[in-house]
Amino acid sequence: MPETGSEYFENVKDTVQSFWHGLSITLSYLMRRPITTQYPDRTELEVKDTLPPRYRGFLEVDPSICTGCQACERACPISCIQITLEKDAANPKQRVVSQFDIDEAKCMFCGLCVEPCPTGSIQHSREFEGSQRSVRNLTIRWADPEHPFPVYKVPKGADYYPRAPLGALVRAKFDARPWYAPGPEYLPPEPPSAKKVEPSKPAAAKPAAADSAPKPAAAKPAAADAAPKAPDAKPAAADADAKSPPKPVVEMPADAPAASSANAPAPAPAKATTEAAPAPPATTTGPKT
Amino acid sequence: MPANYAPRYTPKLVVAITLAAAVGIPIAIFGAITVATPLLKPATLDALLPSATPAARTAAKIAGMALLGLLMVTFGAIFSGVIVWWERRIAGRMQSRIGPNRAGYQGFFVWICDAVKLVLKEELIPKDADALLFRAAPYFVLVGFALTFVVLPFGHSIIVADLNVGIFYVTSVTALVVVGILLSGWSSNSKWALFGGMRSAAQVISYEIPAGVAIFIPVAMAGSLSMQDMIRAQGGLPWEWFIFRNPAAFIAFFILFISQLAEANRTPFDLPEAESELVAGYLSEYSGFRFALFFLVEFGNIWVLSAIATTLFLGGWQIPFVSAAAIDAARGAGPLPSLAWWGWQALSVVVFGAKAFLLSNVVVWLRWTLPRIRIDQMMSLCWKYLVPAAFACFVFTLFWQLAVGVAPKIELASGIGLTAFAAVLTLLFARRVALNVREVRGDKYDFSNW
Repeated sequence: MPETGSEYFENVKDTVQSFWHGLSITLSYLMRRPITTQYPDRTELEVKDTLPPRYRGFLEVDPSICTGCQACERACPISCIQITLEKDAANPKQRVVSQFDIDEAKCMFCGLCVEPCPTGSIQHSREFEGSQRSVRNLTIRWADPEHPFPVYKVPKGADYYPRAPLGALVRAKFDARPWYAPGPEYLPPEPPSAKKVEPSKPAAAKPAAADSAPKPAAAKPAAADAAPKAPDAKPAAADADAKSPPKPVVEMPADAPAASSANAPAPAPAKATTEAAPAPPATTTGPKT
Repeated sequence: MPANYAPRYTPKLVVAITLAAAVGIPIAIFGAITVATPLLKPATLDALLPSATPAARTAAKIAGMALLGLLMVTFGAIFSGVIVWWERRIAGRMQSRIGPNRAGYQGFFVWICDAVKLVLKEELIPKDADALLFRAAPYFVLVGFALTFVVLPFGHSIIVADLNVGIFYVTSVTALVVVGILLSGWSSNSKWALFGGMRSAAQVISYEIPAGVAIFIPVAMAGSLSMQDMIRAQGGLPWEWFIFRNPAAFIAFFILFISQLAEANRTPFDLPEAESELVAGYLSEYSGFRFALFFLVEFGNIWVLSAIATTLFLGGWQIPFVSAAAIDAARGAGPLPSLAWWGWQALSVVVFGAKAFLLSNVVVWLRWTLPRIRIDQMMSLCWKYLVPAAFACFVFTLFWQLAVGVAPKIELASGIGLTAFAAVLTLLFARRVALNVREVRGDKYDFSNW
């Protein structure tokens, strides 16, 4: 398009002026403090402590007040919770939870499992740091198949349930496992060799080799496709999980605090997650075994 | 504190190693160039080996040339590596970020990490690509870049070969870069790469015209094409530089600088590899070592363009208050130069390096200031603004040189006047920056969180 002479020189002037202003602006930014703060080691507070109280972090289950109602499992829209209930071998009237796995990698933090929980056992903690090299390590096992925990009997007229400080349990689970820990060899369903060992009780002896094997992350049959090392794992066998033979399992060492650590009273309905306050004296004991 | 947290403070050993590397690498490479270049000249080798047979002398000269070539390419590689880190840090600050600061103290070793990562990467060659040309293209680019170091001066006698067609040689060998870029774009058999290659060809060839005409101006003022002669025609003090000695040269400097930015595909002229439009332009399909070569050249070109602009307009290695002839006289008559001569050489390298580094910073600064321009704007800038202005400057310079022949004082007058003008501009600019800082509430000047 044709330009007049004045337009031409106007353009030159504009260019020079915009260089002048633009360069001065970027130079002034060069001499200013960056807005970004470096995570995690240069933040003024730990980021965890700056999160809002109702932040939805990793799901945390306090097994000591879990009633085994499986409401959370049913509520989960993406089936990242897997619960197996069994009868206690010693006391057939006592139901025990032999498997309570939450795939934190799959969880979408919708909070739908928290709402139906009658005792507030499952809640979102404010923990969010859980890097793992192997994604299967993000499946947190809240029940030890060797030592299934008994379901919680809600006392009549109870209006609150003793709960461990929110976040302490899941943090212990993550701290117990270094980020570079190898993932489990296979996901349930177990490889056929493991199936032959022994039927009956899940708490039975496991293969000795399992001591060195990492914890198999529990998962639904849909997750079995993430287990390339289990070529024989038939997805059809997975729905018979409750009756499945013992799994080679090494529970995470930090499981002890989960079972019997200091219990703190928590509001009975799973309302807003409370601050992780220092635990008052324990009001009830942990689960009896 | 969870195990995944990094230490809050860098260990002292890491700081020490990083500082040693950051200080030692430039000193080592510049020192090696300073020592090796004069010693490995054919004339010096002849003087050092008076009794050797002609065959042995030829072998020594060839070995010396190979060593110098290796040294120069190493310099280019190291410079492009360090400038990558430097540019990323500057870019971070200019965008209110921090930038890489994990690999070593202040992230200094990030360029080594980048290079190692790129070299270890698998090299993919697209199935439909022309494999031979695809593989060859980066070497054209690298050769076009490395050949310029033959005539790039580093100091008073620190130049591989002072060709009498020096600057002309530079403009010709840098054209090889276009060949490489065009080849890579064409042989990739990808539309993005082809667009990038075509844009690059259009851009680089167009901008060679204003650059070439702007180069005429110092050539006309010095009366020589040789890089060293052009520097010797200038002086150590600002009003003795070509940029200030002639009003037209003042404009021509900016024309040359802009054109060289375009030839080096730097922002705002990075259309050939416009990330937002063309994925990565001509190097979309490249990976691994060949990709690293392209980037080596791209960042190494910052030095080349800064060094050329320094040579032509900014007085090169001229040390203030020390004439080039005085340094020549300090050499002595023996086969090896005297110690004082080496001292002056080192000082001239420092002067030249400082000027070129300052100019490199301007290149980096421009990159993070200006957005990429459209292709029609780029073409109109070249053909409607730079080319006519360059020709006008050239014609003005011819008359100016005639006038200088009659009245030599006008050069000094122009030099002092334009130096004062530039100083005033600098002060005004500093004031503008200070005002910009003041307009923002909160942190003012703060260099603590680097």
